[in-house]
Amino acid sequence: MAEAAVETEENLLEVNNIEVIYNHVILVLKGVSLSVPKGGITALLGGNGAGKTTTLKAISNLLRSERGEVTKGNIRYRGERVQDLVPSDLVKKGVIQVMEGRHCFEHLTVEENLLTGAYTRGSTKAEIEKDLDLVYEYFPRLKERRKSQAGYTSGGEQQMCAIGRALMSRPETILLDEPSMGLAPQLVEQIFGIVKSLNEEEGYTFLLAEQNTNVALRFAHYGYILENGRVVMDGPAKELRENPDVKEFYLGMSDEGRKSFREVRSYRRRKRWLS
Amino acid sequence: MPEQFIWGIEVFLNGLMAGVLYALVALGFVLIYKASGIFNYAQGVMALFAALTLVGIMEGQVPFSHLINATFGTEIHHFGWHVPAFAAILLTMVVMIALAWVVNTLIFKHLVNQEPIILFMATIGLAYFLEGFGDMMWGSDIKTLNVGLPQGINPVIDEVTYNIFDYGFFIDNLDIVATVIAAALVFTLIVFAQYTKQGRAMRAVADDHQAALSVGISLNFIWVMVWSLAGFVALVAGIMWGTKSGVQFSLSLIALKALPVLMLGGFTSIPGAIVGGLLIGVGEKLFEFAIGAPYLGGATEIWFAYVLALIFLVFRPQGLFGEKIIERV
Repeated sequence: MAEAAVETEENLLEVNNIEVIYNHVILVLKGVSLSVPKGGITALLGGNGAGKTTTLKAISNLLRSERGEVTKGNIRYRGERVQDLVPSDLVKKGVIQVMEGRHCFEHLTVEENLLTGAYTRGSTKAEIEKDLDLVYEYFPRLKERRKSQAGYTSGGEQQMCAIGRALMSRPETILLDEPSMGLAPQLVEQIFGIVKSLNEEEGYTFLLAEQNTNVALRFAHYGYILENGRVVMDGPAKELRENPDVKEFYLGMSDEGRKSFREVRSYRRRKRWLS
Repeated sequence: MPEQFIWGIEVFLNGLMAGVLYALVALGFVLIYKASGIFNYAQGVMALFAALTLVGIMEGQVPFSHLINATFGTEIHHFGWHVPAFAAILLTMVVMIALAWVVNTLIFKHLVNQEPIILFMATIGLAYFLEGFGDMMWGSDIKTLNVGLPQGINPVIDEVTYNIFDYGFFIDNLDIVATVIAAALVFTLIVFAQYTKQGRAMRAVADDHQAALSVGISLNFIWVMVWSLAGFVALVAGIMWGTKSGVQFSLSLIALKALPVLMLGGFTSIPGAIVGGLLIGVGEKLFEFAIGAPYLGGATEIWFAYVLALIFLVFRPQGLFGEKIIERV
């Protein structure tokens, strides 16, 4: 948990004050800065449209195919400027994104999905087999379903498939977008549990975007809260969990007990102050 | 055995062979559609262009000779050499790969994530441009193509059937060759798509562009590859049709015959293109023979395929072998 905090000081990924514009007009990120330490789980939190996905896509450079671009600031991976690279180069450097909504290849079998993850590698068959076994070890469910078309597997299985596929590229950093989306609470726990053990046992670094603040803060080491394309708060997950504003706005708890809807106004006022 | 029945068998066999040629054209459509969701209207023109280029190279024609002559007042038409068929086919393939690259780089790279209808319009534009470009490059006269494929009646089949039925079947050697080549081509393509890394990547791109990008597959590379493959299929189709009926504008119209084949077989299935082609080929020949000519005044071959396709669209929109439209509830 958060107590185990960030072990190393080395930052793998640094995002400095980036601004992202879609279609040349729509300003989505207005100066986001964050750093992802090696071996940590860093969480990007915030509501719909806060800019979490855009931040991840700016890093993995999937932005360009959606007509978005980073217009200010810079993104560095291991000290090297990466925002002009194409996604496949980033994958080769060890940064891979698991997209929101899973995006498995529906008509490919689960195993074929996993194999596409190894696309950028020049590895031998034996090495790839070994990595497949590793993925199946963490996701035994995938082994059972490996001959089924991914489109016919359940939401949880697809999420596992998407994470497993990313693992097959032998990444260093995994950008995980909204892994809890559309899944039952139990499954969410299971998936986060696996993410945590992948982090602890295999040393993968995670940057995850999540709306489910409660779960994310329990598993992450450090958190950033985004609102309207800005980072409004950041800190170690433990501190964030105890911060009264976070508690009230994101965790639905309050020191003054339950609030009635009559007090919604004060919520609005404070929210404005926050952003 | 009644004469009608024996003729029927001959018609059936000929239909099968014609179907193979339809299937060859349909195959080019399927490849591009599968990998990029683009319905490539230009596939027929690509076959024409490939055939024109092949003839031009074999005959040692000077490309753009008309343009050059008009500009510089020269009178050159031929280099004066002849390139052997095999080398010419290889060179034509190089041209088709270059074409694939240009088409992708200049047009489709910029249309990523656009509506299918926009992509379709782009291919219509491409079709007419390519048609004119082919004319400009190689001239618009009708050419004969002979790469050394056997032609004419197959004497063995003629004799064997004569001994059995007392009536010799007319089966063209070229059709037999076309069938063998098409079968080999399909087999290779299926193995490629199912069992190789690039083939898997191609199917992945077909399923989900964004996800393919996210695992590090280069869309541009896959698209150029697929357009090159389609160019190759177009070349094979162009050779077959060109040998059969000469290299001329009407060659590009075979694309329209591929449409019902696709509706029948499914837009996403390589085997579907083959079975669809065969069904249409046999169906239209038999229909013409048994019903069209005696009762409907003939010329049913023109529309039979489309009626069949319409019936299929109503009852099975994804075609016989099309990928099931996956819907999770």
